Formats: sequence, structure tokens, C-alpha cells
Amino acid sequence: MARNPVTWLGSPTFPKAAHKALADTQLRQNLRKATGTIRGRRAAAVAEMTDWEQLRVAGEQIKDDVLARLDTLLVQLEESVTARGGVVHWARDAAEANRIVLDLCRAENATEVVKVKSMATAEIALNEALEAGGVHAIETDLAELIVQLGDDRPSHILVPAIHRNRSEIREIFQRRMGVEVSDEPADLAEAARVYLREKFLTTKVAVSGANFAVADTGSIVVLESEGNGRMCLTLPETLITVMGIEKLVPTWQDLEVFLQLLPRSSTAERMNPYTSVWTGVTPGDGPQKFHLVLIDNGRTATLKDSVGRQALRCIRCSACLNVCPVYERTGGQSYGSVYPGPIGAILTPQLVGDMHDPQAASLPYASSLCGACFEVCPVRIDIPSVLTHLRAEAVEAKGRTAESVAMAAAAWMFASASRYEKAQKAGSLARFLARDGRITSLPWPGSKWTSSRDVPAPPQESFRTWWRKNRG
Amino acid sequence: MASAREEILQRIRDARVPAAPPVVRGYLTEGPGGVELFAERVADYRAVVHVVSNVPEALERLVGKRIVAPTGVPEEWLVDGVTWLREPLSIEELDGADGVLTGCAVAIADTGTIVLDGGEAQGRRALTLLPDYHLCVVRADQIAGSVPEALARMEPTRPLTFISGPSATSDIELNRVEGVHGPRTLEVLIVT
Ligand code: SF4
Repeated sequence: MARNPVTWLGSPTFPKAAHKALADTQLRQNLRKATGTIRGRRAAAVAEMTDWEQLRVAGEQIKDDVLARLDTLLVQLEESVTARGGVVHWARDAAEANRIVLDLCRAENATEVVKVKSMATAEIALNEALEAGGVHAIETDLAELIVQLGDDRPSHILVPAIHRNRSEIREIFQRRMGVEVSDEPADLAEAARVYLREKFLTTKVAVSGANFAVADTGSIVVLESEGNGRMCLTLPETLITVMGIEKLVPTWQDLEVFLQLLPRSSTAERMNPYTSVWTGVTPGDGPQKFHLVLIDNGRTATLKDSVGRQALRCIRCSACLNVCPVYERTGGQSYGSVYPGPIGAILTPQLVGDMHDPQAASLPYASSLCGACFEVCPVRIDIPSVLTHLRAEAVEAKGRTAESVAMAAAAWMFASASRYEKAQKAGSLARFLARDGRITSLPWPGSKWTSSRDVPAPPQESFRTWWRKNRG
Repeated sequence: MASAREEILQRIRDARVPAAPPVVRGYLTEGPGGVELFAERVADYRAVVHVVSNVPEALERLVGKRIVAPTGVPEEWLVDGVTWLREPLSIEELDGADGVLTGCAVAIADTGTIVLDGGEAQGRRALTLLPDYHLCVVRADQIAGSVPEALARMEPTRPLTFISGPSATSDIELNRVEGVHGPRTLEVLIVT
């Protein structure tokens, strides 16, 4: 079987990559600034809602229902999309999905396509596959464009160029667009507008992802900010949407939950600037050819795992990244995948589906298990529990060694809050904490990167309480 | 060999995911609503908001401009002194317009959102996308209190566009900057 491109070929294991990233002070500064801003704003946007917890519970339950009835709902979606003039394709893995999209582009004689940011197409490495087939994909989302023009890799789900500050972006734009521009965000945005305008007006094929697909109506939903999504979804003649099979909601009404949860969790707004909804083809309005490509690529294998399958509830808001102390210090690229941070640590290894892969198997250790990710997750994914569960699987795959015993013991201890607090009170955690007021070592493989961290250690309180206070 | 479709569906069945309990919808379904809240929330996005009682009078601001008017706009909106651009319009003509005047299908007070569905006085989606200025007329009775109330009023199979403020990006250091690809100026007239 071909390797799953969800992880980047040749990526080092997490501890190794993190160690390198920790030495990059510019990266850490950029990240601290960006995630610090968004954390505060998200908290304010959520505090405005008196029914936030009820929305989270409903979000969790709707998604669990989707996973329980996935076969029926997918068939229903296929029927509704087909009835409205769309064509549905199914792909077992990345290679199959890429082939389908390439063939569709060729059928339209397209040598260029415009793209609206999509995690699914990044996961399957669609751009590279299209390029190899002679079709150039133009990323139109500002952050994706920064990554593409900088020959870089993404580091965040929502803002793939979060590791770049304004002066770095200015440098990339000047070099690649050949224009003079200041480092004012408004000027940088204007430069992108001018650069892409012509492409939007002339390109015949667009490729998008989907935030949600409504099974009973066949409606596809894309949330965005800039209007590049609307351009791609409206102006071309052909639209190809690539979507993971778990992105469903059963009914139109269910969107009322997610359209409240997602914007506040991701960009900390009451509502994102633009949300587009379309159902098949509408005569006289928008693309007259619509293809929906449903991809599995490791999802059905993930579905089999009773603990791990909750990762499929994820709506890719990125709130868990923004609160994660490990992510903030190591940056997204250390995870070696388009899915970084806490969600990446549980989703990527499951999509890869091979705990003998050392890089994938190292990801569940990319966490201090502080629990902040679970607290902010709008669909209540218990990320710490899944991490612990996957750590056990990693140990199982490698066999029992002295190292694996230590890891398993740590995982067992971290698995329950009460066990953890008890162990900590009893002093058995003391060896992970420093004497000079810094945390200097964590159980392997954390130990490989804690040496470069400069975290003031918690004095009299538990690690969890301390993190919570310090995360704001 | 089984088709990809059959194989994926079979893999899902083989995963034997147990049935989920019924969804508990304990969240609020109604919001306080009202013109005032809606106006305040729209303004929070740095859109320009006016509460007016007479639309033609308020449209004097368009005089001297080339403005797209979709099919179905009331005759009285087409005030003198404005060059009205009517369908059919090419992409180039839309791109060259100074702005577009539309009505809307629904609005949401809670989130300061207007929703277009391609119906009367709204036109196809490109009309409100290419011109750099969008003037949207919202009747007070079109304002729903909450997201759930608004979704219940929509026809899901129509092409829908939810608009909350002018085009923006948070991609540079996670700060919102107004004005990228969509209209950079959004002006809303609330008619009471
Ligand atoms: S796991 Fe939860 S918090 Fe993280 S991106 Fe997914 S939905 Fe958001």
C-alpha cells in the first residue's frame, strides 16, 4: 500500500523536530504573539454565550450520531447531491482521490485551477499530484498563498502561515510577486487582492474543501473570511469539492449548532465574514458542473477504534492548537503533518494507521496532557484520553522494552486526573520538575525537548491548575 | 473488484459503531432580536449601518455612481442620477461597477449577519461579489433573533451567502484586517 501523505515524507520524529524548533526564537515569538491574541479573543467570544456548554454537548452528540450512521448518511448525501445535478465520486485513499481530481481537470482541459483552503486536499497532497500531472493549483487563501509562495509548509489548521510575522510575509511577497509593499497587514492583503484578481476572473476550474455537508438536502457549506472562497465557488464553470467522509451533518437544522460553535472557536468571531452554501448546480448561478469527491484515506480504520474514533468529530476549528503549551513552543511543522497540535497528535497517527512508523508513533507523546485542548474543543473530543490510548498502542507495536514500560507507566498515570494529582502529591512527579524553578525534564520523549524549554515551574499548586492559570 | 463506494461503505459497516443516543438540544433557539441589536452587531464588523424609514431618500448617496441593480429591486429604489446596471452583465461589467444594491432574504440579530438566497432583489452570487461596495437593504421584519431562527426561515437548496461585515482576513498574526477579495465596504440600510 502507498504511504499516506498525511505525514510529510522524511519528517523526523516529534521529539527530534521539536528540539530543532525550540532553538528558533523567531518562530516561538511569532507563535506566542499570535496564539496569545487569539486565546483571549476566543475566551471573550465564548463567554458571550450563556448556552455554550449545551451547544458543545449537542455538537458532540450530532457528530457521534453521524459516525454511528455514516453509511446510511453518505448514501443519502449522494442521492441528494445527484438529484440536484452534482456528481459524487468515492476515493479509498489519497492516490485514488488525486487521480479522480486530475482526471476531472483534464476533462475540462484545465492547466490551472484556483483553490480555496482545504485541509482534505492538503492531507492528500493534491497540489503536488496535480502539478505532476501538468495542472498548476493556485492557493487563494492568504495564509495558504504565503506558504505556497514561500515554498514552505503549513503550521496551523486555520492559519497555515501563523509562524510568519508581517515582515517575513512582506519579504516573501516582494520576492515572489515582484511588487513593493509595506509590512502593514492592510497593504499585504491589498497585494494579495491584486495578485489573485485576474486568476479569479479567468480560471475555469476551482477546487474546494467543505466544512459541512448536509445529508438530507445535499447542501455543502464553506466558511471563510476573505471572499476568495466565494470567488472560487461562484465564478468558475466547474467546481470540484474534496471532503472527508466524516464531514456530514444529518439535517439542515443541525447546522444551527455548528454555525455557532465554529466561528467563535476558530477566529473568535460571532460569525465569520462569509459562509457559502450550495446544493448541486443552480441554473444561471455559479458553476454549472459540480463534483463531490468523498475520501476515506484512513477514516474508516479510525472509525473501528472505539476510543480513537472521536477524533472524527473534529470540525477543524484549531482552538486546541491555540491553547496548547507544547504547540506554542514547538510550532506546527514539528508534527510533520498538515494536522499539527493536539488534534494532529491523535488524528495523524490514526490516519497513518501504522504504529511501526516511528514518526507517527511519536506524535501521541507531543503533549503534556494538561487538558486545555479538551476544555476548548467545541465537539468535546477528549484528546488527553485518546493520546493515552494511542501511547499504549505505540508501546504495543514496539514490544515491551525498558523505555516502553516507562512510557506506559507515565501514560497510565496521566490517564486519570485523580491518579495524576495523587502521584504528584506523593512526589512521584518530582523528578520531572526542576529544582531551580524550571521544568527541565519530562518522561521520554518529552525529555528530548524539555531541555530547551524555559517554563517557570509551578510552586505549590498542581501542574494542571497551574497551566490553566497560565494559559488564561 | 468492489468499487471504491462499495468498499468504503463495507468498511464503515465493519467498524460496527454502536447507535448514538438521541441528540439533546438544550441550547437556546431564540434570541432577543430587534433592530437595535442587529445594527450594533453589524457595526461591530466595521460595516456602515443606517436605520431609515424612507429607502429612496437614503439612496441619494449613490448619485453619480455606476451601481448594479439585480432583477426584482423595487422601481422606487432606482432613483435618478445613478447609472443603474441591469442584467445580463458580464464579469468585466460587474468588475467595473462602483457597487451593488440588493435586498436580502433573512438577517440575524445575534451575529449581525445578512443572508442572500438569490431571490428577489438579490440576483446571482457574482453580483454581490465583484463590485467593491455592497449596499444592502434589510427590512425590520427580515431580522431573526438567533442563528437557529434564521436557519429555519431559509430554503437550504437555494445558493446561500451569509455575510457578516466586509471581507476580512485574520491570516497575518491572527488580527482581523478588513478588505481582501470580497466587497471592501459593506453598508446596511435597516428599514423600519
Ligand atoms: S479537536 Fe476540537 S478543538 Fe481541536 S481542531 Fe478539532 S474541533 Fe477544534
